[in-house]
Amino acid sequence: MQLTVWTYEGPPHVGAMRIATAMDGVHYVLHAPQGDTYADLLFTMIERRGKRPPVTYTTFQARDLGKDTAELFQKAARDAFARFAPAAMLVGASCTAELIQDDPAGLVEAMNLPCPVVALELPSYQRKENWGAAETFYQLVRKLAAGTTPARGARPSANILGPTALGFRHRDDVIEITRLLDRLGIAVNVTAPLGASPADLARLGDADFNICLYPEIADTACRWLERQFGQKTVRTVPIGHGATCDFVAEVAALAGVDAGAVLDTSNLPWWSRSVDSTYLTGKRVFIFGDATHAIAAARVARDELGFTVVGLGCYNREFARDLREAARLYGVEPLITDDYLEVEEAIQALQPELVLGTQMERHIAKRLRIPCAVISAPVHVQDFPARYSPQMGFEGANVLFDTWVHPLVMGLEEHLLTMFRDDFEFSDHAGASHLGHGTPAEIVAAPVQAASGWSAEAERELLKIPFFVRGKARRNTERYATELGIAAITLETLYDAKAHYAR
Amino acid sequence: MTPALPAERPGCSAAPVLRQRGQREVFCGLTGIIWLHRKVQDAFFLVVGSRTCAHLLQSAAGVMVFAEPRFGTAIIEERDLAGLADCNEELDRVVDRLLARRPDIKLLFLVGSCPSEVIKLDLSRAAARLSVKHAGTTRILNYSGSGIETTFTEGEDACLAALVPELPTDTADQPGLMIVGALPDVVEDQFARLFAELGLARVHSFPARRADAMPPVGPGTRFLLAQPFLGETARALEDRGATRIDALFPFGAEGTTAWLHAAAQAFGIDEMHFRRVIAPGRERAKRAIAHSRTLLAGKRVTFLPDSQLEIPLARFLANELGMVPVEVGTPYLHRRHLAQELALLPRETLISEGQDVDLQLDRVRASRPDLTVCGLGLANPLEAEGLTTKWAIELVFSPIHGFDQAGDLAELFARPLRRRDVLKI
Repeated sequence: MQLTVWTYEGPPHVGAMRIATAMDGVHYVLHAPQGDTYADLLFTMIERRGKRPPVTYTTFQARDLGKDTAELFQKAARDAFARFAPAAMLVGASCTAELIQDDPAGLVEAMNLPCPVVALELPSYQRKENWGAAETFYQLVRKLAAGTTPARGARPSANILGPTALGFRHRDDVIEITRLLDRLGIAVNVTAPLGASPADLARLGDADFNICLYPEIADTACRWLERQFGQKTVRTVPIGHGATCDFVAEVAALAGVDAGAVLDTSNLPWWSRSVDSTYLTGKRVFIFGDATHAIAAARVARDELGFTVVGLGCYNREFARDLREAARLYGVEPLITDDYLEVEEAIQALQPELVLGTQMERHIAKRLRIPCAVISAPVHVQDFPARYSPQMGFEGANVLFDTWVHPLVMGLEEHLLTMFRDDFEFSDHAGASHLGHGTPAEIVAAPVQAASGWSAEAERELLKIPFFVRGKARRNTERYATELGIAAITLETLYDAKAHYAR
Repeated sequence: MTPALPAERPGCSAAPVLRQRGQREVFCGLTGIIWLHRKVQDAFFLVVGSRTCAHLLQSAAGVMVFAEPRFGTAIIEERDLAGLADCNEELDRVVDRLLARRPDIKLLFLVGSCPSEVIKLDLSRAAARLSVKHAGTTRILNYSGSGIETTFTEGEDACLAALVPELPTDTADQPGLMIVGALPDVVEDQFARLFAELGLARVHSFPARRADAMPPVGPGTRFLLAQPFLGETARALEDRGATRIDALFPFGAEGTTAWLHAAAQAFGIDEMHFRRVIAPGRERAKRAIAHSRTLLAGKRVTFLPDSQLEIPLARFLANELGMVPVEVGTPYLHRRHLAQELALLPRETLISEGQDVDLQLDRVRASRPDLTVCGLGLANPLEAEGLTTKWAIELVFSPIHGFDQAGDLAELFARPLRRRDVLKI
């Protein structure tokens, strides 16, 4: 048993729901107890969908247990087919139904429904949401595309694979990438699963190649399509200016088109070179999220914004190898964990100046009073914005620049806060003007060690250091004192430590 | 000014109830943890379940998950199921680790879930075993919040029922009054002041805010349910000799008056004194409600099943705001506790118990009520169909009981309609 307060991923059947909800004409019959319908509100509230997810739950209760539940399942499947007339159906079990062993696959087979039915095997006690989504998508593709004969057109074409419901910025990423391909003269054959129908999946083979936009979801399906139709896969994930350029080059080479048409349309390079950004140099950044977004963010952070990557991690073990390789690139220890307490410990130990992470890291950073931006799912409702805000492509690079730089205390303001810290407008309690979400009194102070061994004078001096670096200063000083066996921390110790750790 | 008493008309008392069985779009009892852990400040709720349970709590609790919450999930893993690990040993290990981390926890609930019930993990024995081990520091109890046994607020019922055998025996000569059901602190304090003014000396709230301050119970205890979903808890209290005071539930000016009046009568409070004490609150409530009445009067409302609060709330909306209930759905109908409420509902109201959500939505689409009270999984889809909704969960999390919340309660229903009128897009 594992003690958990927060989970980065839901159970695998939520992954399957993300595929069903993303598509048109697919209905999912889920053998699940009363209560599991909570997952609907992820789609209707967080993503603000105006339709119920196409999921029918059997919602069995204690009194149904025994023979009854199998009948209940068949009735639910029959009613769902009659009511929704789907073009393809998914059937499966949630964690509790997995235990009662009703075998949805066998039950639905016996019913001879007049549409393709994919029976999902999602081991709830081993796997999680992303795996469930990838497996569901793969099984659907296999069921619907196997045995089809590809018809390639004259114009080069590609499939965009991986965007789902409840995906972080998937809606806008698809728009951005479609536009990019269009300008290169490449047609999009099918975008799936988002917006695709079962009939669309049956013509996946018509494309010349596949774009694996979100490896967490699409990798398994892409590998199968490679084997089945000999389609090459574009694996560069176009997050950041450099990665987008690489992506364009890779796509253009595969399609045999000229890449020149679309290069260099992002503001990020100039914004980043402009002198206003100088203060960003060497800002220490901690990055955590799903592997794809974390790895992409690290490249942008170091190469395009001039930050120092001090930590890199992901919560999905399936992509741990890729993350480890990336961590080597930045000379940091990879952090592969789904325990948010470990992430919190790492952030506390590293005392970064910026955290790039998920909703969870946002809250950790808030507690520790470190600026933060969200780069990956899981996210809350505010990260399904009304406005256009892709992460991918050239416009995505613009969005990244703004999103990551805004939480930082801006260059000039940083100086003002230091110079005029005794003025009431710039005192600690005023905080930075753009961090004005709640008064500092509401924010839990960074849990730095109790001030043992600090002289009153040193303690007062510490208070003169701006709040956003004070935690680091305190830690460094205490570490320095411990290493040198200094019991009483004086003004001298504080400044000796500052000199020692000066970069 | 006469306190509202059930009118001499049958209302919905004898009306047939539509019972349907199919997909139920409801929360399971685990969700109760979200407000219970705020109420009992030194209790921890440890769900023994799957990743789905953890994900549910996190989705339902929203941002609360980050405020160092006093709940968590011991996630059952493959090795627990395969018998590679002894579930009981694993559970002991998790509990030991948890209590070492949080030594301030005085009361630990092991909360059963669907997976733990299906594999028949005996949490009551585990609780007894662990109670011995941690005797003197932490009491360990168990109840089930599983979806196969409980719907949403029934989780609180199961939790409180588990606490009842642990309550100290009341040895006082004087009978005491127990208010049963977790209420927001501000509401609890308002009621406490009113009862004190009425002259009731011994009034306790159950659950109390701290584990070691739970109220005593005995044959002299009279209890007043503050919530309509406490069937098991009431039965457990009656098993310990306590007597339930039958009343309307304290929603709106009339409901609150009737609720207080039932207690006053049970304790022989002078009628004139009662009226004098409650008059200011009752007047305030009526004034506050009037604000929403113009908008709500004559509007048709349907409740989909969620919390068992539906019937008392529909009564409030019908009697005090002039709304017309079309269908009032409830996950479970406790006829005895709701007898007075049912009598006050308009006879034309369709009462439904249980759910087949697709059929119920067909009825909503056919009758097109002005306001549909429903869960968050249905609200936006119905809004997109042009039906105005009020999401029901807010009614459980917000302070809505008593005189001083009556206006807020009315406003909760008025706001979606006001918004509908105000938007020009």
